[in-house]
Amino acid sequence: MTPFRLPAGGRIDRSHKIGFSFDGRAYYGHAGDTLASALLANGVSLMARSFKYHRPRGPVTAGASEPNALVTIGTGGRTEPNTRATVAELYEGLDAVSQNRWPSLSFDIGSVNSLLSPVLGAGFYYKTFMWPAAFWEKVYEPLIRKAAGLGRATYEADPDSYEKCWAHCDLLVIGGGAAGLSAAVTAARAGARVIVADEQAEMGGWLLSESGVIDGTLAATVLAGLLFELEGHPNVTLLSRSTVFGWYDDGVFGAVERVQKHVPRIDANRPVERLWRIAARHAILATGAEERPLVFGGNDIPGVMTASAMRTWLTRYGVAAGKNPAIFANDDSAYALAADLEAAGMAVAAIVDPRADGGRDWTGRAEVLRGAVVTDAHGGKAVEAISVRVNGTLRKIAADALAMAGGFSPVIHLSCHRGAKPVWSEEKAAFLAPSGLDGLTVAGGAAALRGLGAVMADGAAKAASVLAAIGFAGTPAFASAPEEGGAAKPLWSVPGTKGKAFVDYQNDVHTKDLGLAVREGYGHVELAKRYTTNGMATDQGKLGNVNAIGILAEARGVSPAEVGTTTFRPFYTPVSFGALAGTSRGKHFQPVRQSPLHGWAKRNGATFVETGLWYRSAWFPRAGETTWRESVDREVTTTRSAAGLCDVSTLGKIEITGRDAATFLDRVYCNGFAKLPVGKARYGLMLREDGFIYDDGTTSRLEENRYFMTTTTAYAAGVMAHLEFCAQALWPELDVRFASVTDEWAQMAIAGPKSREILSAIVDADLSDAAMPFLGAKTVTLGGGAIEARLFRISFSGELAYELAVPAGYGEAVADAIMEAGRVHGICAYGVEALAVMRIEKGHVTHNEINGTVVPADLGFGRMVSATKADFIGRAMLAREGLTDLDRPRLVGVKPVDPKDGFRTGSHILAEGAEATLENDQGYVSSSCYSPSLGHTIGLALVKRGPERLGERVQIWNSLRGEFTMGVLTSPVFIDPDNARLHG
Amino acid sequence: MASLITCPHCGPRPKEEFSIRSDASLTRPAPDADAETWHAYVYLRDNSRGRHREYWHHAAGCRRWLVVERDTQTHVVHSVTDAADATRTRGAA
Repeated sequence: MTPFRLPAGGRIDRSHKIGFSFDGRAYYGHAGDTLASALLANGVSLMARSFKYHRPRGPVTAGASEPNALVTIGTGGRTEPNTRATVAELYEGLDAVSQNRWPSLSFDIGSVNSLLSPVLGAGFYYKTFMWPAAFWEKVYEPLIRKAAGLGRATYEADPDSYEKCWAHCDLLVIGGGAAGLSAAVTAARAGARVIVADEQAEMGGWLLSESGVIDGTLAATVLAGLLFELEGHPNVTLLSRSTVFGWYDDGVFGAVERVQKHVPRIDANRPVERLWRIAARHAILATGAEERPLVFGGNDIPGVMTASAMRTWLTRYGVAAGKNPAIFANDDSAYALAADLEAAGMAVAAIVDPRADGGRDWTGRAEVLRGAVVTDAHGGKAVEAISVRVNGTLRKIAADALAMAGGFSPVIHLSCHRGAKPVWSEEKAAFLAPSGLDGLTVAGGAAALRGLGAVMADGAAKAASVLAAIGFAGTPAFASAPEEGGAAKPLWSVPGTKGKAFVDYQNDVHTKDLGLAVREGYGHVELAKRYTTNGMATDQGKLGNVNAIGILAEARGVSPAEVGTTTFRPFYTPVSFGALAGTSRGKHFQPVRQSPLHGWAKRNGATFVETGLWYRSAWFPRAGETTWRESVDREVTTTRSAAGLCDVSTLGKIEITGRDAATFLDRVYCNGFAKLPVGKARYGLMLREDGFIYDDGTTSRLEENRYFMTTTTAYAAGVMAHLEFCAQALWPELDVRFASVTDEWAQMAIAGPKSREILSAIVDADLSDAAMPFLGAKTVTLGGGAIEARLFRISFSGELAYELAVPAGYGEAVADAIMEAGRVHGICAYGVEALAVMRIEKGHVTHNEINGTVVPADLGFGRMVSATKADFIGRAMLAREGLTDLDRPRLVGVKPVDPKDGFRTGSHILAEGAEATLENDQGYVSSSCYSPSLGHTIGLALVKRGPERLGERVQIWNSLRGEFTMGVLTSPVFIDPDNARLHG
Repeated sequence: MASLITCPHCGPRPKEEFSIRSDASLTRPAPDADAETWHAYVYLRDNSRGRHREYWHHAAGCRRWLVVERDTQTHVVHSVTDAADATRTRGAA
């Protein structure tokens, strides 16, 4: 038996020993223990060092609000810092280490900070690091960063998996304690779909810690009965180890379920945590109440804890917090603890009750000192004695533990997550949830009710009225019962203490800090928080905030109602990044889109480049080629001299049908489409409503009322949404429909002087210029009618070229067949790099030029814009004078004066001899490449009055690289300006 | 921001399935409207507190554009209608 484990009692399984380690030392506990209860059973109450002063700390609570006992659990990628030992379930091999100490927990150099406390008071950050200014970045900030935080996160990847899911229910019960379970039973019997979520491993809340009876039945027996019934209802889902951490709009709650945080060996096929989003028609908040510590000197020494924590150790875990504990009771509930302690054979050193008439019903052995306060607890790493002021005199009493009963604060955080503020109740001496919440009802201890009978009755009654409101006939499962005891007048802090009296344990904020904040003008609750750090960090002031508000109220001479609270926000308790990320990590972070020709490209040795989600073939290196440029130059040269095949499947493809398809296209393109003959393709420019170009592409008329639109790869989804918006929101009177068919077709460009000859071997139709002229578009068959395909005579390269679209599944076979047919003609596969080189050589634009700042005239497309159409998107705004100004940057070609010189995309254009200043900037290079056809670098540029300046020498300036190149402005069409190749 | 949007075609769906475009209270001007009217339509937006009509696209659902009327302060969604119906209604009014 471990030294502080009682011989009997508690809900632990004494037949099942569990070995674990803390700071490298081996201990054992039992199934049902938390790390904290097992350590306390082993006599280890020093579990951590505080944040600022490095004071020795042990658990002050036995649950989720624990500010002190934070440890790091796990090793390697499973290292989890700042884990509350009070909620960490014990499992075989659990490996925990303490934090914020060096060299060891019991001997910590950092505790010298306690001696420096006069300069480490509230606001010391703002006062101390002011001078010299140069020290901030080099000295102060690195020091502060080193000192900040408690545990250290691991740099290793998390080896475990996480998942997310949705759930829907009629009633969500948050908290599986007395109120929650009685509400759940009431709803279950009414046939409602119920989810009960509770943060602990075992449902029951305070029923797990209560030794007494409810209406004549032992609390544990009541609990067993409730759970037995709920488990038998198929309409009830019990989620234990699940913290509801946030209330969001429309009755959606977030919860995190710790699926495998308590197991020695993690099953890789299951998540370790699961993030739930629960859409509930209504929810009952049954989160109970938090016992407040009392604020006196040394109230942070290990062994000082809330009375409910001490009672939980005793009755739930069979652990004695001390051999002769004392009790500081400003609340009658502490007397139940005293009775339990004495029943367990412990001598209670004293019950110190500040109230003149407290504990009138006490019949136990312990002495009650009424009208008395504990001014200080004494001890270093454990409590040794307490100083009690009674009748004006100080009395020292030996005690090795001290329970504090400061009254109860309802746990109402979730009720305020959507913006409502808590309301102070003088009668209950507590902040209550705001009333009139839409879809959330607060019940039991969370509604400031006292006594398990009253709490259960409240849960049942509230559930019944909620059920009625959402269409179920529910009868309360428990009859009403009177409240037990009332709230005492709060004792916010004890005057005349010697040692530091802590308010916020985790941030080492003590009473003097709050007093200082008020004196220095930071008494507003939000300012005091920032000035003192009260209520920050992992516990967000769950334990200390109400005391802090009370102390601020006293210091300012106002009511806590006037001080108010800081804002409650999700998450209620910390949520791991893993749970929030879910499955969106590694390869699952974003999907990979592969073209239907991906396999073909891979077989041909493609190097791929990521373009959004797509992987596009960038170039196809061959044996002996050592740089990408060698491959690209060869692909360009081969295509221009013989033929090339390029995968263009990633272009967006939208099929547009309907009686008014032509009218619709006329309105979304700035050029005309209504008169486009069937069997022809046309280049189209789509504007935004502000007149700037949005996207471009070719659209073909396949039938009278059927068009096939292509978009750029990047804007495929955006154009689709835009078309849908125009059709649905702007012109619902038009009969037009869209289908995104990007993934239905494998589309390949076959370009080069031999392309017709090669394709003729595959395509059944006549491909002569007469039968299939430039911009022809028709449905054809391949391989003697085997496959139906669409053939377009369009050219991005400037060569005689076609685009062939076949059903996606046939893509690779058709590409293989074309390559085979083209082998004797010297065909090569080419990638998007060669495609880009050829389009720059031909002066074709892409989104490098269509970058949101250009209008059609800027690109030489001014005459494309219809002057006759009454309306199209962008027409009105395009007429603005600023957009018709000839001084605008317009498209022009640029090449180096000396062919040996190069330049880069992004370089700026300056007049010859002009200084490189913002005022002299005349434009910039939007695209550039080495042109194997011309043997030097070429570029497209947007230059002021560019087309009027052909032949002018300019400077091409790259300030990032410090490069100046002398260049000449030219036509943007570098090859085949009279389109002889195109029409070949 | 709402967590669930009740699409008139698909029922209540998580907001992540939708994308938001802009103020739905604006009417696209007639093609020959004056420059000021067009300027206001394209550029000027109220940052309203309270009821606000907005275009939401059920992009990961039925692909319909919807008009969502919501309260920017309380996040209450007052109505969700198909944008085509909303436009026709406005045209009739």
